[in-house]
Amino acid sequence: MLHTILFLIFAGICVAGALNFLLQHHPVNSALSLIVVMGALAALFLLLGAEFPAAVQVIVYAGAVMVLFVFVIMLLNAGVEEQTRGSRVASILGIPGLIVFFALMYWTLSAPRSQMASVHIGDYYVPTQALGIALFREFLLPFEVTSVLILIAIMGAVVLARRERH
Amino acid sequence: MIPLSWYLILGAILFAIGVASFLVKRNIITIFMSIELMLNAVNLTFVAFAAQWHQVSGQVFVFFVMVVAAAEAAVGLAIILAVFRSRETLNVDQVNLLKL
Amino acid sequence: MTIGGSDKLDLTHYIIFAIVKIALLLFILLTAVAYIVLMERKVIARMQNRWGPNRVGPFGLLQPLADGIKFILKEDIIPDNVYKPLYIAAPMIALILSLVSISLIPFGGDWKIAGYHIPLEATAFWNGAGIQDINIGLLIILGITSIGVYGVALSGWSSNSKYSLLGSLRAGAQLISYELALGLSLIGVLILAGSLSLRQIVDAQSGSILHWNFFGGFQFVAFFIYIMAAYAETNRIPFDLPEAETELVAGYHTEYSAMKFAMFFMAEYCNMVTVGCLATLLFFGGWHSPLDGLNIPVPGIWLLVSPLFWFFIKVFFFIFLYIWIRGTLPRFRYDQLMAFGWKFLLPLAIANIVVTSFVVALRS
Repeated sequence: MLHTILFLIFAGICVAGALNFLLQHHPVNSALSLIVVMGALAALFLLLGAEFPAAVQVIVYAGAVMVLFVFVIMLLNAGVEEQTRGSRVASILGIPGLIVFFALMYWTLSAPRSQMASVHIGDYYVPTQALGIALFREFLLPFEVTSVLILIAIMGAVVLARRERH
Repeated sequence: MIPLSWYLILGAILFAIGVASFLVKRNIITIFMSIELMLNAVNLTFVAFAAQWHQVSGQVFVFFVMVVAAAEAAVGLAIILAVFRSRETLNVDQVNLLKL
Repeated sequence: MTIGGSDKLDLTHYIIFAIVKIALLLFILLTAVAYIVLMERKVIARMQNRWGPNRVGPFGLLQPLADGIKFILKEDIIPDNVYKPLYIAAPMIALILSLVSISLIPFGGDWKIAGYHIPLEATAFWNGAGIQDINIGLLIILGITSIGVYGVALSGWSSNSKYSLLGSLRAGAQLISYELALGLSLIGVLILAGSLSLRQIVDAQSGSILHWNFFGGFQFVAFFIYIMAAYAETNRIPFDLPEAETELVAGYHTEYSAMKFAMFFMAEYCNMVTVGCLATLLFFGGWHSPLDGLNIPVPGIWLLVSPLFWFFIKVFFFIFLYIWIRGTLPRFRYDQLMAFGWKFLLPLAIANIVVTSFVVALRS
């Protein structure tokens, strides 16, 4: 009962935030609704027993990546969006297409299958130690590769954002 | 005590809204943010399956997706800054010439 | 109703106790913030060889009351060109987030009142065999610090003025740069304690004063990195360039007046209290007395009060340190500030992690 109520509250916040993200005209409003979506997703991760991904979602995604987006929007002084011909075409064709796409996924996912079980709160609770052990034993190579990836991304971002010296 | 498909359907909704905003929006920065929304939907699906199959690798993969998304956001925003400096506009429809 | 599993939680009792504890904590914290402002003015004044506020009440003790009345009765001006929703929301975000982190701080063991075990922490409960804390308490506090950047960034942008925008961009860049050093400096403590739960980190420091992380755990380098990063995170001297009066007018809160300015002010001092609480929990043994290992006989009533007393003394010392440093040091220039955070603190924090994990691995 409690699980259902909590899931519906946070899922409602997610969908409302995502729809607000789509419907707003100013990039800052879209960014703020995306932050709300990420917060609600962190709560959903907690309901599924993933405590460390929930914390990392708030610290990294909502607290660093979105701050970067908000900074760039503030720096570039992005104003209200204009509706061009391309966006009107995309709305008319794309939105019904997406509704069809979503209906297809819904039909696929809610078909009764013996493997799709139910989840309870605290069904599969992963303590951070277990996640760390898995990360540094089985997944050591991807871990090292992603750290090299971050280093390359830092260097790339610094080089690309530099002003040209004439 | 809720069926797992509810989490997957929520992930599908978020992904669909992300694709919709990617196609409809005309501001470069908003298009980038819709990519982040799609990646978040994928993360939710990973964690849901990790909870179903009782494997920790689902949550480890969430970690990697977040790292890749952060790196991509950094580089993408640097590219946006460079594009803005040369084109003076953030509207995707106006960045349509290879050379000014 | 109860939630099953291995940790038995009685939900109604938990909610009632939590609400009472949070109301008490909020009252104490907001009063403490008001009196910390007074303490700062008096201590800085004495360091500068003058009296400080001493007109309102004996020794100026009613000055916070007068300041509060002034802030409430002041005219609340909202300039025309601001982006109203964010202009009003930004100081609220800053204040709410700084108040939330106090709910995760453990102040002591648990008290037995009328047959119930009540832990001295707003978000913990008694699960039949011990106190059940939040397993990722430290990460939640770091997350709250990360989200706190929005209060600063959005206030400057919504004010629609060039001084505010520049001030908020600088402040935001400073905050996210020093968040890294802050987080990394705490990893040495985590390696020693083996858990992210604040209560378990303090329990790992029990014993005598030599078991505290600063002394026996050899985390003094991490402590200094933490203190410097925390000063930058709370925008205090020597890192208070974003809100210095001689710099960008008043930085990101140039356009704010009366109650909203007071909210930013209160948020800054609440953050100071949180930093002090975290420093005592992580490096100085939390609520353990420094005379623990000496087996001094104490009356039973003192055992109930002693955790709170020692915790308060240590937090008071950290707040005094904040004020002392404010009265002593000049402020950093912006490029010096960023270079210090990225080129000095970050490599030092990583070196601390490497050395600590090496020592722990060799010891076991």
